[in-house]
Amino acid sequence: MAVLANRDTRVICQGLTGRAATYHVGRMIAYGTRLVAGVTPGRGGQRHLDVPVFDTVAEAAAETGATASLVFVPPANAADAMIEAIDAGIELVVCVTERVPVMDMIRVHQKLAGSRTRLVGPNSQGVLVPGETQLGVMATINARRGPVGIASRSASLTSEVVAQTTAAGLGQSTTIGVGGDPVHGIGLAESVRLFLDDPATEGIILIGEIGGNDEEEAAALIKRLAPDKPIVALVVGRHAPAQQRMGHAGALVAGQAGSAEAKMEALREAGVLIAPRADLVGMTMRQALVG
Amino acid sequence: MNLHEFQAKELLAQFGVPIPRGRIAASPAEAASVARRLGFAQCVVKAQVNAGDRAANGGIRFASSVDEAGRMAAELIGSPLVTAQTGPAGKLVRWVYVEEAVAFKRELYVAVVVDRTAGALVLVTRDRDAGPDAGMTTRLELSEAGVRGDFEKAAAAFRLEPSLTSLLAKRMSQIAQAAVALDAMLVEISPLVLTHSGEFIALDAKMSADHNALFRHPDLIGLREVSEAEDGDPIALAADLHQINYMRLDGDIGLVVNGAGLALATLDLLHAAGGRPANFMDIRTTASTLDIAYAFELIAANPRVGAVLVNVHGGGMQRCDTIADGIGIAVRRRACPAPIVVRLAGNNAEFAASRFRSYGVPVIETADMWEAANTAVQLATRKAA
Repeated sequence: MAVLANRDTRVICQGLTGRAATYHVGRMIAYGTRLVAGVTPGRGGQRHLDVPVFDTVAEAAAETGATASLVFVPPANAADAMIEAIDAGIELVVCVTERVPVMDMIRVHQKLAGSRTRLVGPNSQGVLVPGETQLGVMATINARRGPVGIASRSASLTSEVVAQTTAAGLGQSTTIGVGGDPVHGIGLAESVRLFLDDPATEGIILIGEIGGNDEEEAAALIKRLAPDKPIVALVVGRHAPAQQRMGHAGALVAGQAGSAEAKMEALREAGVLIAPRADLVGMTMRQALVG
Repeated sequence: MNLHEFQAKELLAQFGVPIPRGRIAASPAEAASVARRLGFAQCVVKAQVNAGDRAANGGIRFASSVDEAGRMAAELIGSPLVTAQTGPAGKLVRWVYVEEAVAFKRELYVAVVVDRTAGALVLVTRDRDAGPDAGMTTRLELSEAGVRGDFEKAAAAFRLEPSLTSLLAKRMSQIAQAAVALDAMLVEISPLVLTHSGEFIALDAKMSADHNALFRHPDLIGLREVSEAEDGDPIALAADLHQINYMRLDGDIGLVVNGAGLALATLDLLHAAGGRPANFMDIRTTASTLDIAYAFELIAANPRVGAVLVNVHGGGMQRCDTIADGIGIAVRRRACPAPIVVRLAGNNAEFAASRFRSYGVPVIETADMWEAANTAVQLATRKAA
């Protein structure tokens, strides 16, 4: 068991024929991901990485029964690609593209409302189910199947914490990169919900950083649900260089400038164990799970 | 990317939002000339720095003659302006904006901003003297035509006479259209004033454009050079072109880290170990070996650096050996006087260690981040003693 995807998930890649996508999706196939098609407008009818290429997501989904899409499309067209996947009824859309304009993501967000799609990203390393499937660009060498669900705003720290939990003898059920952008798909709170419902996940690690409201939302959810599964959080940025402030609107709208301290306090108050240092996340979870 | 007041106002005017007549001036003589040419009896001389709270800190001055406008410009230009939003060093004033003084009977606050939690654009409105809690938030929706929202209701909250309510709603809509069309993450008009003749005029404007959307705004790229010349550290701007997020800090330990999250974690660890960073560095996944070499040379050339801490976790897109090669190239070009402490993990960590050896770069290898941070702190302290 895992969340969001597993070895049977049929995956398409939008932008498959691009150079970076070819490299990373090649790695995914070698890892075990069940890639069934690619989508590149104008390249329909060709084959790439030994799968058929279609002009549209709707065609690809109809022909192959795919339920997940990895969006590997340059920033200028990434939002249109996500919207196309949402319109085609794809259940899981993972977007790894960096630097997607915020206004485009607001448009995507409007499309998501009321749809059947769960979006991960953009600017995400993706979703990894160790030993089963990989939708994304993360390193997999230190990942092992195990009981810890990891949801993270940072790709580099996910690699770090995956290595730590493996070294601690635990391993991971699923890792979710919620992405580092201001407007994104599922957040830490929804990831917690998914992990709580997953029998294979015994403990949850949240990796947060300054800015935004993801950690506070997760804290509010955890406080309300008071779950049995231990939850460990790492929040970085306590000593981040001061950011320049512009105007007052940030103080008027929630979720613009959460400090690391405020986030840690909200999580601690909800019963989350705060990892004392970035190198101790795996051990903190080990103590909570194994003692 | 923050725009100057005069840039933001010119952009807003293109969407129909009225602004006072005015011109930018880079010298006292120019400021006096603007006041004379535009025939201002009374005018306002405004320091152009990207920060709020200027009025409370002497950055906005009222002149009642051409000579006085020149004198005020002389006091502002070339000096730093310190406000609650500039930091203690303040910001150097390079330009003043000279505009006509506008009499008004009411001051409003109108902003359009990205609400991260809702994943939506929102309009924030309130009486300017009311506290932040008194603000009203209206959710906006993007549409084919631009943007939709209940501007009438937002305007009605100010209890104006009906014709003014309609006009205000129109102005709010124009401000929102500008935000969407320009990919602005913030447009803040504080104040939007109601004049005695019944018009709403933007007396000030702050605008922050989305860096990631500049590819579709060639006009804003031109403004960026003017705007960021003030804000940006030239070294940080150059590093940015090399796919490195770099910021100078005042400590003595140089940091080489890949990924923003790991970079923030490294700052926190270094502080916990009693050290002080000389810089923030996040090597983006798109950085090549030559980009990394460029960034490393910035650290090696910093005379305050007593030790360098390389904390790399090779991921799917940026592997350890790419970073080792970058450092190797940099050290071959120019020796690094400070000891280099490395923590390598993840993709190609062992290969990276062998790359350091083949480049002949002496590094102190450590097993984990905490050991690496402590080793760097000890070495820097020893060097300082």
